[in-house]
Amino acid sequence: MIGTPLQLTIEALFPNGVAHYAAGGLLIGLGVAVIYASTGIIAGASTFLESTLSYVSSVPRLNRPSYVASRDWRVVFTLGIVGGAAIYALTLGPGGWTTDVQWWRLLVGGVLVGIGTRLGKGCTSGHGVCGVGSGSNTSILNVATFMAFAIGTAQLVSALGVSP
Amino acid sequence: MSERSPLFYGAILVGGLIFGFGLGLSQMARPEVVLDFLQFEDFGLLFVMGGGAITSAIVFAVVPRLFGRAPITGDAFRRREKSMDKNVIVGGSIFGVGWGLSGICPGAAYASVGVGNFPILIAIGGMFLGAYAHGLWRSSRQSADVGAATAD
Repeated sequence: MIGTPLQLTIEALFPNGVAHYAAGGLLIGLGVAVIYASTGIIAGASTFLESTLSYVSSVPRLNRPSYVASRDWRVVFTLGIVGGAAIYALTLGPGGWTTDVQWWRLLVGGVLVGIGTRLGKGCTSGHGVCGVGSGSNTSILNVATFMAFAIGTAQLVSALGVSP
Repeated sequence: MSERSPLFYGAILVGGLIFGFGLGLSQMARPEVVLDFLQFEDFGLLFVMGGGAITSAIVFAVVPRLFGRAPITGDAFRRREKSMDKNVIVGGSIFGVGWGLSGICPGAAYASVGVGNFPILIAIGGMFLGAYAHGLWRSSRQSADVGAATAD
């Protein structure tokens, strides 16, 4: 089968198609929508890290009133995310799977993600979906920054021969 | 903060379930797919963030016009506007290096637990460590600031 140059380009850019990516993004937005429309809350995923630490730590920063007030529902939200992904894996998805990315990448990357999201006031969902969706310049700047650094880092690590 | 109703937690849970299902379907819970995107081998993830942001943009525009206040909490509808300062850039840079190294971000990591990807718990442990270290640092800096302010 010979495609037009445009088709070939699209296949090169999107070797796995775009349908499940777009549908997944739509559902992520829909999850945000359900919570927003019913409670007025704009839910991001990463504040859970700090607000949950307030159960066990007395560090003042982690016990800001807004964290203590929201920590219960943030646990429920996170359990919902875990459950929703489990439902996906058992229905449309391929069942369970595990990553082959090396443990040190997960650990060091996780620590940096934890610091960066708290310093930068949000993550891929808070800034990337909710903030950009709000038309916030702060969020657009944050997303442009983390995208540039993530692309640079991933390409560098790959160029150094680390895989996966 | 007053007691929240079961209806409140039910709405949060339903929203979380849809959000998590979407993260699973979008493949963002799979670090390999995120790394493929960052290495320019599959640009599909643009549709995940784009789809999510467009949906939320429509919702944030339409919902406040449909309802005056949020039905469950009675709260006013606001947008997500965080203040701009250099932390937004510095934090975004650190986040980006971490995301590019690991291929996983917080929401996607929780979703990954749901598909049985137990090695991701290493990353989540790292995120808690990072958030804790940041909290310690901010708290000590703040008390140092207060000390300096009251010293003179």
